[in-house]
Amino acid sequence: MRRVNKNERVRIALALNGRKLAAAAEPRTLLSDFIRQNLGSTGTHVGCEHGICGACTVLIDGVAARSCLTLAVQAEGREVKTVESLAAPDGTLNPLQAAFRANHALQCGFCTPGILMSFTDYLARNPHPSSAEIREVLSGHLCRCTGYAGIVKAVEEVASSAPAKAGKGDHASEAKHGGRGV
Amino acid sequence: MSGQLGKPMLRKEDPALLSGRGRYADDLPVAVGTLHAHVIRSPHAHAAIVRIDAAAALAHDGVWAVITGEDVRKLSDPFLAPVKAPVRQWSLAVERVRYVGEPVVLVVAESRYVAEDAAELVQIDYEPLAAVIDPVAACQADAPILHPEAGTNEVSVRDFSYGDPQGAFARADRRIAMTVPFHRLSFTPIECYVVVAAHNAAEGSYDALANFQGPFSMHPVMARALRVPGPKLRLRIPPDSGGSFGIKLSVFPFVVLMALAAKITGRPVKWVEDRIEHLLAASSGPNRVTRIEAAVNNNGRVLALKLDQLEDYGAFLRAPMPGPLYRMHGAVTGAYDIAHVEVKNRVVLTNKMPASLIRGFGGPQLYLALERLMHRIAVELKLDPLDVMRRNLVPAQKFPYHAAAGALYDSGDYARAVEKTIGDGRLADLKRRRDAARQAGRLYGIGFAAVVEPAMSNMGYLSTLMTAAAREKAGPKSGAVSMATVNIDPLGAVTVTADVTVQGQSHETVLAQIVAQELGLKPDDIEVVLEMDTAKDQWSIAAGTYSSRFASGTAVAAHIAAVQMRDKLKTIAAKQLNVLPGDVELAGGKIRSRSNPDNALPFGRVAGTSHWSPMLLPESMAPALSETGVWSPQELEAPSRDDRINTSLTYGFIFDMCGIEIDPVTYQVRVDRYVSMHDAGRIMNPTIAEGQIRGAFAQGIAAALYEEFSYNEEGAFLSGTFADYLVPTVSEIPEVEILHMESPSPFTPLGAKGLAEGNCMSTPACIANAIADALAVRDVVLPATPRRIHELMQHNEK
Ligand code: FES
Ligand code: FES
Repeated sequence: MRRVNKNERVRIALALNGRKLAAAAEPRTLLSDFIRQNLGSTGTHVGCEHGICGACTVLIDGVAARSCLTLAVQAEGREVKTVESLAAPDGTLNPLQAAFRANHALQCGFCTPGILMSFTDYLARNPHPSSAEIREVLSGHLCRCTGYAGIVKAVEEVASSAPAKAGKGDHASEAKHGGRGV
Repeated sequence: MSGQLGKPMLRKEDPALLSGRGRYADDLPVAVGTLHAHVIRSPHAHAAIVRIDAAAALAHDGVWAVITGEDVRKLSDPFLAPVKAPVRQWSLAVERVRYVGEPVVLVVAESRYVAEDAAELVQIDYEPLAAVIDPVAACQADAPILHPEAGTNEVSVRDFSYGDPQGAFARADRRIAMTVPFHRLSFTPIECYVVVAAHNAAEGSYDALANFQGPFSMHPVMARALRVPGPKLRLRIPPDSGGSFGIKLSVFPFVVLMALAAKITGRPVKWVEDRIEHLLAASSGPNRVTRIEAAVNNNGRVLALKLDQLEDYGAFLRAPMPGPLYRMHGAVTGAYDIAHVEVKNRVVLTNKMPASLIRGFGGPQLYLALERLMHRIAVELKLDPLDVMRRNLVPAQKFPYHAAAGALYDSGDYARAVEKTIGDGRLADLKRRRDAARQAGRLYGIGFAAVVEPAMSNMGYLSTLMTAAAREKAGPKSGAVSMATVNIDPLGAVTVTADVTVQGQSHETVLAQIVAQELGLKPDDIEVVLEMDTAKDQWSIAAGTYSSRFASGTAVAAHIAAVQMRDKLKTIAAKQLNVLPGDVELAGGKIRSRSNPDNALPFGRVAGTSHWSPMLLPESMAPALSETGVWSPQELEAPSRDDRINTSLTYGFIFDMCGIEIDPVTYQVRVDRYVSMHDAGRIMNPTIAEGQIRGAFAQGIAAALYEEFSYNEEGAFLSGTFADYLVPTVSEIPEVEILHMESPSPFTPLGAKGLAEGNCMSTPACIANAIADALAVRDVVLPATPRRIHELMQHNEK
């Protein structure tokens, strides 16, 4: 394990959205601050710095993590993905982003990057979640604008259009019809 | 998708926000050499500041300044306040602290981490004083006084009387009264406050960037505090803001504080508030205790109302407070046709964070009292609550309706809205659910709430808090101006700017729809630029995004600007097409002859004329380069001599109905079914309308069941993290069935009213009524947490 002196700035290198980057920072620097202030990617937001709101969620080696509860040094040498990685280089939105747009799943957009990253991870592991499973994941995030309905619908839409996997397909259609319609 | 008004459309703002390309305040570049600030806050609810020793902090590497209240007092003036009582506040505490979390010292250093380290070295000695938290206790003679110069905590008291309330109370069969408290909460935007300020010593001017939301009536307040004329304070608002809900008005003291820090250090200073600070001390809605009484006949008809509204603004009263107490004033009778009203408005100060704007802005407090009373009347008279409400609703034939206290309700059909809501078997279904639950021994209740939702505030309403004589002396205040500008570039591309701040309300999309419609273009052809710059943009004191002013205000201004531009382009094109202006139409990106559509020119060609060859314009015509629409509706008159005030321009209507069940083991309130009918006049974009309603509904649920800022008796703050202050997640927000009807406003060219605050007003009342029904209790205190429900049930068993 790497040993660092707490008062010295250290060089931290990691891959951010596929690009190898490095910067010097104090060992106590949070990964959220490091990504935003040292590496200059401001798409990841900070809403509470105590692990509740989920706005700061990024993927570390493919797994969703709260960057406000992670030290930058802990991400040394790892692959970090943020919301900036989702759209195609020409700006075309990926299916999850497009579904958010189609379902008015965001208003101010401040919570959105974290929610997108959580579901990027989750849908990769479980492409056909039930409505209850979607809500379970979403309950790790706070959104003050939308009342969440559009977000649930957006994820349901992505889940129902993902290529079917044997034995899992039914969940998606259940999700579609779960809850009372409006 | 079509971009016409009234149609849904994919939002223009989304691609950037979904790809991490938003431009929020903390994302924007700052000048080289910018310093970072950290605020040291009071740990006491009330204490004298005895001594501040900053020596060790100043000696710390990288520290530029340690600023105290004494520095601030020397360099700035207290904030202008709307009441005459001497309640003076600076951007840092001077001599004493009056609430936990009050800013006491600002440490400015080369980085935030260093500023926080140095803050630990600052020594502050306090001498604790007795604190008062409860608003009723604060009015008592022996209460500790927050502002000794004022001599009292009750800093403003006004009595109003409309019609003949005394006669009506004498005449009525019954008097029914109750006391209804409303608690403190905030809707905690996920983005906290951000300020970056610079000082230009050569010019004596300040340049500040802040995620401020308006109203811009606060700009002169900030400039006056900084002792500069308005133009010397350039205030810029970033293109994106992470929610506001009223809360980001209260960033203004920090704009002044960082501006002073920039002056002191000679460097730009940046401050980003953290969540703990935000919960502790950013802003809160005011808590209120309302004693409400009705003079009522045995058939449930209410003849008169009496309200004593005691509103608690915390430690300071600062502009534009006490707005929540007066914003609803003209409409204090709500949805009911009640001619005789007596109102006592009292403002009290206590040792809590200062209260300010919050979505709903006075509506939740008023309607909780009024709608609980209507429900109570039904219970006491053994009538059906819905019948009591219907008996009193303003009848459709009375619109435009002059409410007793001065509101001019523009349009509506409240009775029909109620019928539509309960129709299609909805009420029958609720009753079935209730009966089945009750038969099985479960606790189930039905609640209703009827709410009039005002939009676009009369900027003169706050002057109602002065007497008519004082108003006359000060000069009448009235009206509200909205502005938007349509610009054309050399190739005919169209941009729009407007006097709103962006917080997620989709203004970019709707403004593009409005302008595209008049110019015969697609919304995607229109660039909308909504970052604000007080040095260069059009604005009035009414500018900003609050009190649902967009639909009845800025949207109209944009429509006016687009029509002006359209008409000019028609005149220009007529000459080029060789037809009469009346025969010109703008459609499909072309400007053409209506009678001979083949006689057409591309929009850009005609629109560019004013740039390239103004000599080609019809004689005496000013070039069509930039058109500003100014909307200043006549209905927003100053308060009358007898204190009647039309507080807002448009008045929508909401009728809510719900069924709730109480878990006998966990004491949790579960919303079983919720229906919300909205009449917001013409809907400009149904998707966005639904988004706003769902957002307000979630906040209404939060206020009803979860969120509360709590303090103990000594004034310690108990809601300091998101683990203590419960913001609902998706699991806590029930399904809501949204219904619409459209009674266009006759007072605006677009016919649209506000709709984004209504459920913040109606939902707490509707749920409280349902809880009262379920438990057969008289008093329901919100938020109805399991602890409170448990207390109510124990009380019941006695
Ligand atoms: S900022 Fe990390 S969870 Fe809120
Ligand atoms: S969209 Fe604003 S917080 Fe979620």
